[in-house]
Amino acid sequence: MELTIPPLILESVDVTLSGRRVLDDVSAILRPGRVTAILGPNGAGKSTLIKTAAALIAPTQGVIRLGDRSVTTLDPRERARTIGYLPQDASAHWNVAASEIVALGRVPHRIPFAAPSAHDLAAVTQAMDATETTHLADRPVNELSGGERARVLLARVLAGKPDWLLADEPLASLDPAHQLDILDRLQQVARGGAGVVIVLHDLLHAGRVADDVLLLKQGRVLASDEAAKVLTPEKLRAAFEIEVSVDRDRQGRLVCVPIGRTV
Amino acid sequence: MTRKLVFLIVLVVLAFGLSLIAGKAWVPPSAWFSPDPRFAIIVELRLPRAILGLSIGTVLGLSGAVLQGYLRNPLADPAVVGVSSSAALGAVAAIVLGIAANPLVLFACAMAAAAGSMALLAALTWRSPSPVQFILAGTVLASLAGALTAFLISVAPNPYAVAEVIDWLMGALTDRSLDDVRTALPFMALGTILLFLTGPSLNALTLGEDAARSLGVRLGRLQLLVVLGTGLTIGASVAVTGVVGFVGLVVPHLLRPFFGHRPSALLLPSALGGAALVLTADSLCRLAPGAGEVRLGVAMALIGAPFFLMLLLKGRAAWS
Repeated sequence: MELTIPPLILESVDVTLSGRRVLDDVSAILRPGRVTAILGPNGAGKSTLIKTAAALIAPTQGVIRLGDRSVTTLDPRERARTIGYLPQDASAHWNVAASEIVALGRVPHRIPFAAPSAHDLAAVTQAMDATETTHLADRPVNELSGGERARVLLARVLAGKPDWLLADEPLASLDPAHQLDILDRLQQVARGGAGVVIVLHDLLHAGRVADDVLLLKQGRVLASDEAAKVLTPEKLRAAFEIEVSVDRDRQGRLVCVPIGRTV
Repeated sequence: MTRKLVFLIVLVVLAFGLSLIAGKAWVPPSAWFSPDPRFAIIVELRLPRAILGLSIGTVLGLSGAVLQGYLRNPLADPAVVGVSSSAALGAVAAIVLGIAANPLVLFACAMAAAAGSMALLAALTWRSPSPVQFILAGTVLASLAGALTAFLISVAPNPYAVAEVIDWLMGALTDRSLDDVRTALPFMALGTILLFLTGPSLNALTLGEDAARSLGVRLGRLQLLVVLGTGLTIGASVAVTGVVGFVGLVVPHLLRPFFGHRPSALLLPSALGGAALVLTADSLCRLAPGAGEVRLGVAMALIGAPFFLMLLLKGRAAWS
């Protein structure tokens, strides 16, 4: 995680899926060392945006760049070492041990069929330490609780030590304590220099962790700026059609509380 | 892990030895190296049969493990891809057309049909290389090949051809020569290598397709390996022995509790387990009372299905 991590840039990105335009002229500069929250109502294209940024969906128009290099033309393995992606569905198809799931994060770093290097093993240990999952190492992953599994899957992404960590609704189906755990870990990752992009639903969470916010509505960017400039009653009303009271807590973090629907 | 692998290897060696010894005429190892007249049985009959049993078991078990990993479904086996039915269709066509007197022609027809179905499968799934597409296209191809086979049987010119087709479809290792071995082995060897190459990608697929792609897995390339590997191994195996089912389904299933669920960790054990199972079953086939033999494909289904059902009922929790 050197200081040389370039920004993740989306330039006039259009995405059409099954004939429907899901993203429409999306441009944004995502900065490393910061947590960027992608917010927007259901169907706004948040998941599509994060998948497109992870080069899992090819844009019909526009480019995604890391600094001055196009992400779409990167070698898949090199891209995988640079951009880590945590998908929305938190499941494993085979009931393997938690440590084996975490070790999958090293796949883009490893020579296929060679034994994992000391470096790989260290990265796995470190990731499990950081997510407090070390004691779960030998447990079959599908026997873990939802919160434990979410942490194991996060450890999987962290083990790859990507410059960019893109997480699609990592808090779904977690209780409040585990939600805060995951948010804090993601914030730590950003403080360590990496870029963190999270799709979020909860405005309270966004106010708590986001340095920057990208606000989407119907596939278009309503706003993309520092959190304090985007999480305002006016912008949130425009995006969600709700009234929101925005305040700050004692640590100066934004607190956005939905009051009711706009009438 | 290593100890369990060694156990499987010993099992394969024993089963191979048994396959040389057992039969209507027992040939003890003492007769192998002396000028015993029974030595001819070994070289001409038993050895080719044992080598074929070994290699067919290997590829059936291995391809079953690969397909279960690729489709992330413990019920997958080579039959779902449609390769076995297509290869069978090619062979049946050769028999019905009366050009199967030369085993090479039969083999070529079976392989050509298998290749054709692989090409179709690849074409059908190329645009979106996902396991769901794959399983749908494979099922369609399997039913199509099955229907065409039935059609060919119904228009067969004479009852002898029908009898030959049915006999062949049941799958057996009887009366195979070293020529059959030489024809089939290169295809199986190449396919086996391709199938083993899928291991790391299969592991990544544990997390789903998006996560696997985000880890640098090229799903298109993986699918190509699976299609080519299955086509070469199963095509060649069906082309020399007919359809032997059940091995690819049950062997990975049986071994999963011992070797863990990680797809790549199951490949080698499944290959060994398949070899041991087919060799043993084939030896038992010869020991059936009466003048003839039980067909390997039939025996496999007869012994296997109830056994598998029992395991499912007993250990339902272990596989869920």
